[in-house]
Amino acid sequence: MTGTAPAADTAGTGEAPTSFLEVRDLKIHFPTDDGLVKSVDGLSFQLERGRTLGIVGESGSGKSVTSLGILGLHNKRNANVSGEIWLNGKELVNASQTEVRRLRGRDMAMIFQDPLSAMHPFYTVGAQIIEAYRVHNDVSKQVARKHAIDMLGRVGIPKPDKRVDDYPHQFSGGMRQRAMIAMALSCDPELLIADEPTTALDVTVQAQILDLIRDLQQEFNSAVIMITHDLGVVAELSDDILVMYAGRCVEYASVGDAFHQPLHPYTWGLLGSMPRLDRERSERLMPIKGSPPSLINVPSGCAFHPRCPYKDLNGEKCWTERPELVEAEPGHKAACHLPQDKKRKIWTDEIRPKL
Amino acid sequence: MFAYIIRRLIGAVLMLLLVSLVTFGIFFWLPKLAGQTTDQIAASYVGKAPTAEAIQDTKERLGLDKPVVVQYGSYLKAIVVGKDYKAGPVTDHCPAPCLGYSFRSSQPVLETLLDRAPATASLALGAAVFWLIGGIVTGVVSALRRGSLWDRAAMIIALSGVSLPIYFTGLVSLALFSYTLKIFPGGGSYKPITEDPVMWFQSLVLPWVTLAFLYAAMYARLTRAGMLETMNEDYIRTARAKGLSETTVVTKHALRASLTPILTIFGLDLGLLLGGAVLTESTFGIPGLGQLAISSINSGDLPMVLGVTLITSVSIVGINLIVDLLYAIVDPRVRLG
Amino acid sequence: MNKMRPIVVFAAGVVAASGLAACGGGDSGSSGSGPGYNAGVNAVVNKSDKKGGTLKFAHSDDWDSPDPGNTYYAFSQNFSRLYGRGLTTFKPGAGKESLEVVPDLAADLGTSSDGGKTWTYKLRTGVKYDDGGTVTSKDVKYAVERSNFTKEMQLGPKYFKQYLVDNKPAYKGPYEDKNDEGLKSIETPDDQTIVFHLKEPFAEFDYLVAMSQTIPVPKAKDTGTKYESAIVSSGPYKVDNYTRGKSMSLSRNPNWNQSTDPIRKALPDKIEVQLKQNADDIDQRLLAGTLDMDAAGVGVQSGTQPKVLAADQKPYVDNPVQGFLRFMSLNVNVKPLDNVHCRIAVQYATDKVAAQTAYGGPLAGGDLATTVLPPSVDGYTKFDLYPQKQASGGGLDEATLAKAKQELQACGQPNGFTTKISARSDRPKEVAMAQAIQQSLAKVGIKVNIVQFPAGDYFNKYVGVPKYVHDHGIGMMIMAWAADWPTGYGFLAQIVHGDAIKPSGGNNLAELNDPTVNKALNDAIANTDKAARTKAYGEIDKLVMGTAAEVPLVYAKALMYRPKRVTNAGITYAYGGMYDYLNMGVE
Repeated sequence: MTGTAPAADTAGTGEAPTSFLEVRDLKIHFPTDDGLVKSVDGLSFQLERGRTLGIVGESGSGKSVTSLGILGLHNKRNANVSGEIWLNGKELVNASQTEVRRLRGRDMAMIFQDPLSAMHPFYTVGAQIIEAYRVHNDVSKQVARKHAIDMLGRVGIPKPDKRVDDYPHQFSGGMRQRAMIAMALSCDPELLIADEPTTALDVTVQAQILDLIRDLQQEFNSAVIMITHDLGVVAELSDDILVMYAGRCVEYASVGDAFHQPLHPYTWGLLGSMPRLDRERSERLMPIKGSPPSLINVPSGCAFHPRCPYKDLNGEKCWTERPELVEAEPGHKAACHLPQDKKRKIWTDEIRPKL
Repeated sequence: MFAYIIRRLIGAVLMLLLVSLVTFGIFFWLPKLAGQTTDQIAASYVGKAPTAEAIQDTKERLGLDKPVVVQYGSYLKAIVVGKDYKAGPVTDHCPAPCLGYSFRSSQPVLETLLDRAPATASLALGAAVFWLIGGIVTGVVSALRRGSLWDRAAMIIALSGVSLPIYFTGLVSLALFSYTLKIFPGGGSYKPITEDPVMWFQSLVLPWVTLAFLYAAMYARLTRAGMLETMNEDYIRTARAKGLSETTVVTKHALRASLTPILTIFGLDLGLLLGGAVLTESTFGIPGLGQLAISSINSGDLPMVLGVTLITSVSIVGINLIVDLLYAIVDPRVRLG
Repeated sequence: MNKMRPIVVFAAGVVAASGLAACGGGDSGSSGSGPGYNAGVNAVVNKSDKKGGTLKFAHSDDWDSPDPGNTYYAFSQNFSRLYGRGLTTFKPGAGKESLEVVPDLAADLGTSSDGGKTWTYKLRTGVKYDDGGTVTSKDVKYAVERSNFTKEMQLGPKYFKQYLVDNKPAYKGPYEDKNDEGLKSIETPDDQTIVFHLKEPFAEFDYLVAMSQTIPVPKAKDTGTKYESAIVSSGPYKVDNYTRGKSMSLSRNPNWNQSTDPIRKALPDKIEVQLKQNADDIDQRLLAGTLDMDAAGVGVQSGTQPKVLAADQKPYVDNPVQGFLRFMSLNVNVKPLDNVHCRIAVQYATDKVAAQTAYGGPLAGGDLATTVLPPSVDGYTKFDLYPQKQASGGGLDEATLAKAKQELQACGQPNGFTTKISARSDRPKEVAMAQAIQQSLAKVGIKVNIVQFPAGDYFNKYVGVPKYVHDHGIGMMIMAWAADWPTGYGFLAQIVHGDAIKPSGGNNLAELNDPTVNKALNDAIANTDKAARTKAYGEIDKLVMGTAAEVPLVYAKALMYRPKRVTNAGITYAYGGMYDYLNMGVE
């Protein structure tokens, strides 16, 4: 049982779980000429309806690959996907392409980072929403159009009956993301994955969009996965946080725990990299040294060890043995060799005061 | 939009003037720069062993004795007001727009062009259908199965299609399909569609396919490259995330976006081809504008050369105007102005 | 490189397929049978009187004009007899018999008086145009006037204008001179009689009136340069349609009467000519049997030559001489070639076999030539004043080279000399020929530099301009020549008579102005005794060769293909060694 900490006991048995979404030992590998890229390497988590899970990590940590994996959008010819993904009692990894396709857009939907490139430039916003709706609902164009206008109205687009015939390039950035959300929500999905939904937007618009997602989540009672590298966004929206590093989960906690008593040096680093206006300039940022690891030659032992300032505290363990994700406290898991008390001490004495 | 079209049309007229002037220049000034006299130019319109008297008469008859600028002026004048042509005992009137008469025979240029345009149009449009279908389908499949045996084979055949001259592929296909297997009629069997639609079709199949082979190759490569690029676009991921079937994703979302750059090239290719598919027409003996162009150039028949040049220019300009208008329809981001 | 290989294999496959296809053309079952190789050169092959069917021609080019009064091309002269009847024509047949002039529209050959200066012809009665009108001698007179004297008709020869007595002031042709009298030197005392008055005696006038320019044109139907698309027919076929660059189609002339026409069989019901066809495809179609005749009549393309020489096709092939002589003129005014011995040295030292090989070998290039007159011209006599022998290993043998050296000695140039040789730059075979000659002359110390000029300007600007030749010291010039009518005079007058030296555009490149040669030619053409004339031409040929100013290289030949179903196929020398179209039919 490796890397299955947040999953239920049924993990690995192939039995249907009770939770709404459960990911078990998900591995997504890409064979390339240079070697096998292990973008996601044994990820497990679960999520209930009405809850929001924030997945954070640097670029290349496997966040987006995970979300595309859940939607089944990887090309079977160049990606090896293994493990289990259970959505509402249905297993997706081994399901047929057609089955997964039917779920896409209807049971699970996705909002992408850049709404300009994510919408087809040649079709009107309305046409794209209508198309999304009609794939899964056998209705006339007129009905679908009414629905599209309705959806645009609900995401806060003024004069939706006019804007429905506009092209994406005629919308502002924020409006486009609203339209994108309207499209994602057009079929009432139970699972909504938002992949950096605010990164491409103006700061003033970001908050509006986050509010909108939160409001809609309450209205639709969906499960939401919020993928971001911005801890602020996570703090704002999420119930739980999953920190990813080199394709694996290094820490899983509730929002409160993650911000107030994080257990992994990488999470400390992420918190240290967060800009804060209430501190003096010189102290503000404590970036993590080094750069994200190669996913082809993942460092031995703890993948984070080349960048970890505390790796010498554990003898050779950190670069020989991979730490498992274990439940250190109820509902709070971390994958680090440091003893629990030492982690607490370092956090309280060294890290926290600097944040 | 209307103002845009008017502006483009005015540009087209200016361009045609320039094209005709350049053709005139190439015809008269270049030989003179190379040391040829007007007498030598005129001598080429007389039979074997021309006498000085015959050359003089010919110069006068064709107006070659006048300065080139004056000749150009009277050419333009004929287009506007028409012209009388003295054939000896009878006189012909060529109404405006008169593109003059052949230096080689008594044919009025415009009439000859119009007589030959349908053959070229039949060839070009039919081939275009073949190469668009063939090229785009091959390109799409190659892009979707990138690196597969199909992809490699298609691209190799495409490369050979681009590199093999029509003169060769045309003759081989005639030898094989017409003279050995006797499936299609041989060279020179073209009949106008109004006269014999069955023969029209049968005689054009080989030229269509041969010509299309050349272009399909290029379009397959273009489509493949375009598709590979488009399939990586975010909006394709979005389309899949919506739960659309792969067919819809490919045809409605990816292909449409990949086709816009092809539209531009298609406009140029078709425009040029409508002015005459020189090699295909001469290989298969199709009496079109291309064949006329070649024989007029070979026989130094200036009015005919000018006529073909102008009709080619008109078709290129016209098709490109249509393409630009289409662009605005296909890609809503494009604004005409 | 690895990735390239499949293409090579593919291309090789295609080539193989084309080769296969070509071999597969025609019935392979007929292998070895058929009338035989060269059967059509001296006899008419597949003789038949069967009427009906469509005779299909194709041409890779077009007519200069199908208007009988405005055309020069040999094939056009040959073909025009299907829709028009001149006063005389050449006897339909093959080989030597095709050189005989026979009456056509005229009831008999011309009768001359006034020492050969006046020629009278009587027309047959009852000859009608396709529109039902009757042919009269006035129409023949009009046809000659329009074709030789108008500004508009410039494409044909102007022999009538050259030889007929002109009006005073000069006659301007019927389009400008509306006087009904026209050219006074052509008289038409009645509708059946026409009389020509010449400036000088001209014994071969029957040959001149065999040209298509005497095909009658009714004045009322003449539309000048537009007449080519509205020709009035006096022959067995009428022109239903001629579209320049596309096609011509002929069908029977309902008013043609066999009883007025003893030489024509008029076999096919229809005759079609496709124009501007791909030359290589024409060959493919001939071999496949979907086409009957290549109208141009100059032989198959070089790519087709190996195919027609294969065993199953060879019985349908003729390899006649084409009436062309390829030769090298030695300019008698350029030093040291002004010395006859130097010219004779060149005669010996020029390796004609090498030149022949350079031009395509014995089949496509031609036979080795030793005389100025080719074998297909009346007056040809076989002789060789400067015999050559080949060494066993190729090249000229020592004895021949020794003779050349001996002549160089006599010329005062024992170590050879240096001069220039010209060829037409856009005729690669001619250039190759010049190179072969250059190499063979080098063996006796004659160094020649090759100079090339474009064919279009060759005579007008360069070697046809004596001043240019003298200034640039061009001693040797390669050219080819064919006669406008197949007699010694027709062939020789333009290239060896002193009168043919012109300030520019002349064809007497050697500038030969030998009083003996000039007088012999003048005497011959004034001699109405045909046999004496013919004999004289052979002697003139010997005189010319005696001056050593012309080095004959090859009598041009071509590989001609006559498809199986074509009847009455025979090579006519009268039109330069192509098939006679007059009585051709299909099975």
